Amino acid sequence: METSVAPLLQVQSVRQAFPKPDGSQLLVLDDLNLSLAQGEIVGLLGRSGSGKSTLLRLIAGLARPSAGSITYLGSPVVAPAPGIAMVFQSFALFPWMTVLKNVQLGLEALGLPEDEIRRRALSAIDLIGLDGYESAYPRELSGGMRQRVGFARALVVHPNILLMDEPFSALDVLTAENLRTDFLDLWSEGRLPIKGVILVTHNIEEAVLMCDRILVFSTNPGHIVDEIRVELPQPRNRLDPRFRDLVERIYVVMTARPAGSRRGAPVGERARAIGLDAVLPRVSANLLSGLIEAVAGDPYHGRADLPVIASSLHMEVDELFPVAESLQLLRLVDIEGGDIQLTDLGKQFADASLDDRKKLFQRLLLAHVPLAAHIRRILQERSSHRAPKSRFRDELEDYMDEEVAEQTLRAVIGWGRFAEAFAYDDQSETFSLENPT
Amino acid sequence: MPTEREHPVVPQVLPIAVEQWARGLTRWDAFAVLLVLGVLIFLAEASRSLLEPLSALEVTPLSLAPVNLPEYAARTTLRMLVALAFSLLFTFGYATLAAKNKRAELVLIPLLDILQSVPILGFLSITIVFFMSLAPGRVLGAEFAAIFAIFTSQAWNMAFSFYQSLRTVPVELVEAASAFRLSPWMRFWRVEAPFGMPQLVWNMMMSISGSWFFVVASEAISVGNTTVLLPGMGSYIALAIAQKSLTAVAWAIGTMLVVILIYDLVLFRPLIAWADRFRFEQEAGVPPPRSWVLNVLRRSGIIALLLRPGAAIWGRSLRWSAVGAANVRSKSRNGRRTGDRVWTAAVVIVAAAALWQVARFVMQELSPPDVGAAFALGLATLLRIVVLIGIATLIWVPIGVWVGTHRAATRIVQPVAQFLAAFPANLLFPVVVSAIVAYGLNPDIWLSPLMILGTQWYILFNVIAGAAAIPSELRDCCVNLQVRGWLWWRTTALPAVFPYYVTGAITAAGGSWNASIVAEVASWGNERLEAYGLGAYIATATQNGDFHRVVLGIAVMSLFVVLINRALWRPLYEYAERKFRLG
Repeated sequence: METSVAPLLQVQSVRQAFPKPDGSQLLVLDDLNLSLAQGEIVGLLGRSGSGKSTLLRLIAGLARPSAGSITYLGSPVVAPAPGIAMVFQSFALFPWMTVLKNVQLGLEALGLPEDEIRRRALSAIDLIGLDGYESAYPRELSGGMRQRVGFARALVVHPNILLMDEPFSALDVLTAENLRTDFLDLWSEGRLPIKGVILVTHNIEEAVLMCDRILVFSTNPGHIVDEIRVELPQPRNRLDPRFRDLVERIYVVMTARPAGSRRGAPVGERARAIGLDAVLPRVSANLLSGLIEAVAGDPYHGRADLPVIASSLHMEVDELFPVAESLQLLRLVDIEGGDIQLTDLGKQFADASLDDRKKLFQRLLLAHVPLAAHIRRILQERSSHRAPKSRFRDELEDYMDEEVAEQTLRAVIGWGRFAEAFAYDDQSETFSLENPT
Repeated sequence: MPTEREHPVVPQVLPIAVEQWARGLTRWDAFAVLLVLGVLIFLAEASRSLLEPLSALEVTPLSLAPVNLPEYAARTTLRMLVALAFSLLFTFGYATLAAKNKRAELVLIPLLDILQSVPILGFLSITIVFFMSLAPGRVLGAEFAAIFAIFTSQAWNMAFSFYQSLRTVPVELVEAASAFRLSPWMRFWRVEAPFGMPQLVWNMMMSISGSWFFVVASEAISVGNTTVLLPGMGSYIALAIAQKSLTAVAWAIGTMLVVILIYDLVLFRPLIAWADRFRFEQEAGVPPPRSWVLNVLRRSGIIALLLRPGAAIWGRSLRWSAVGAANVRSKSRNGRRTGDRVWTAAVVIVAAAALWQVARFVMQELSPPDVGAAFALGLATLLRIVVLIGIATLIWVPIGVWVGTHRAATRIVQPVAQFLAAFPANLLFPVVVSAIVAYGLNPDIWLSPLMILGTQWYILFNVIAGAAAIPSELRDCCVNLQVRGWLWWRTTALPAVFPYYVTGAITAAGGSWNASIVAEVASWGNERLEAYGLGAYIATATQNGDFHRVVLGIAVMSLFVVLINRALWRPLYEYAERKFRLG
């Protein structure tokens, strides 16, 4: 596709911050630049919390950036612009309207005459393969058909830019592939009334399959760490060695600086840097043990290629990375160059009985997770050996917002319970050292 | 914009309702026309005499002849429907304002909370004076007063539920509506109102059920020297009491049974079935509610034809609103914050002034000992309610659990319990009162059960619902582990129904406070029975036209209700939700 000189959309030095309860700012996006040219599909790839969906909402005009500018066809975006349409992850269909009514909605909002609304809606329905479903209600449809309605509803307004917010992630593997292929076919044949696409995804293969350019996001705060051009011709083949190379390369990029500069630093520095401000992912102890066993067992024997193990475990990046990083944090694995490798401790853990695993886990937890050590120390210092959760929540909220603090506490509670490092009672919201024996 | 794409043929036949009317008359049409005509005739008949002068009521006095009952029932129902229309208007206005405007919300929501707790029957006497002065000497004024009383028994919880719905519209729908740039008018009717509809319809139906009680209570109004008997079921029963006619009481009860059955068939079920399409989340495996009346109306071509012009105007209004849709404006945050402070200060000042006014009004005539006496009476009524709720709990929880865990029994008992909750219990009062008089029983004890006669059903049907909601896997697990007897009750049944029980008990207790105003004082012919309690205090003050004591009584009762809600029910409800809610 030809690329004209003037970009469709230009994002310049965009910054997004939210005020925290204590008055300071929580930075979500920092110094973001991006442009979308005619005929281009740009992918925003990153893990949850990297601000890619936030950026998409800014472009859609659903929110305003704290600083920086977003320009669409030369004019700034301050409210939802005509000509920018969006497809939602959860479809966002109106369950009380039929397929036809849902598709007509955007046209009705334009105040078009009734016959034109109907004609255009029917042609969009036809284009997207929803013929015969006009009078169905969304609840009668499968996920794939629902998302087709989502596409038809966005396309019917003839937008210049189509924004897609993880449009396939709520679908099963086969349905998602089917919808992707159909979309790419229509796009390649030039049958879609759109000039550019921005796709938010956390699926690396999906990004390589669909995009002309991939912007890799990192967290804390969200920013672009790399830009990767995909020059493979459409339709692309997932088994093509060049395709695999690109996937591997993105894995390396994403694991090199997994969660921002702080966690991306070498192990020695990291240990010092992590204090109570570390955000812990909610990963169950079962998942941690499970991944270690998977890496230790056939056919990996202690060292696995992340893309390979991800696809064999049917895990998306969003699911796999938090587990792998938690293990890295506990020194049970090393992650380097897109590979995951068991450390000696990791091998020891894999071979141990449940009781020994718990003992090892407790030792590592208290050594490498400052929050866990902190909780344990406070409990030991107090004569009652009890402390309310709110005490630790308040401390955490100095560094992170409420929701993240809660998630971090939940994570440490889960790990602490598995390690039998401390007990927690959810009714009274108190930590204690007493485990029922 | 890209140019027109080449496209195959646009299908001409649309699989939607429009094509139905081309197909000629069906048997559904006959049904539907009969239904609609019946409703129209009924409305015309019932509203015939609204503009007559009050004296006309005396020219055609009420009669206990059963022939008149259909007309009285029709009028009573009409009052109910008019009040419902006002309640809906109120809901759309009040709840929307509260949900959309932060400053309005600050005032409107606490106000709604208080209004929900004020005993409606108490301030009937105050409002009637006002409405009678609006249309002096005409029946209309008294009708307004009655309708207002009914309105106050319906509107608050409808407004509250709609406000809650507006606040919880799923974020993706809100974003989709913004992304497609719907105008505020479109957004309301396409997104927000439909989303709130199932909850609103359900609350509307609960309101109607609850307000039969107030319709009956508000038709026979006497304040000081003014006594109005509006033709209707309530006045009929008042007359029956005055004339000590148990036969007439029986006729009234029978008629009301029929009326509520018809209401269930023609209004309740069709509306619930209709609102089901607006449900956002569908529970799997639960069959959608059905109503044959709704099916008849939907299948009828004539009805579709009649609705068409309305629908067209509607659609046009939505499109017109789209043309003038304004962009979102962002306001400066600082200016807003100062404004908020000024607003809060103004609200506090106005509230303080109002409190001062009320205190001054009451204290003009009354002294602190009067206030103390009112509190003592309040405690007496509270004691009654506590004991009654306790007894009702002991009776209905075991029965409800048993019924709820037996599918066949649930199917029979659940509608009956809902029906009994809708039945205006005050129609039954004369039966009990005549017995108390005949046997010379102590009114302090024996009038009490009347308070809970109508409200206990909320406990029963909520417990049934809770027991029926115990997952079958959990029940199988208990059978598998041989968990039986008291252990089963303690570990499974009681925790599972607890949140539902609390909901039911809150409703029952709230309703009982209100009912105390009509239940603690009763008469049978010339015999007058009075129990020691706050309800009797308010009722007596109303009859004597003593507004100072009415206001004091209402204020004390509202205070009791608010305090108990805050101190007991709300924490209990939150605890139940947190600890025992399944799934």
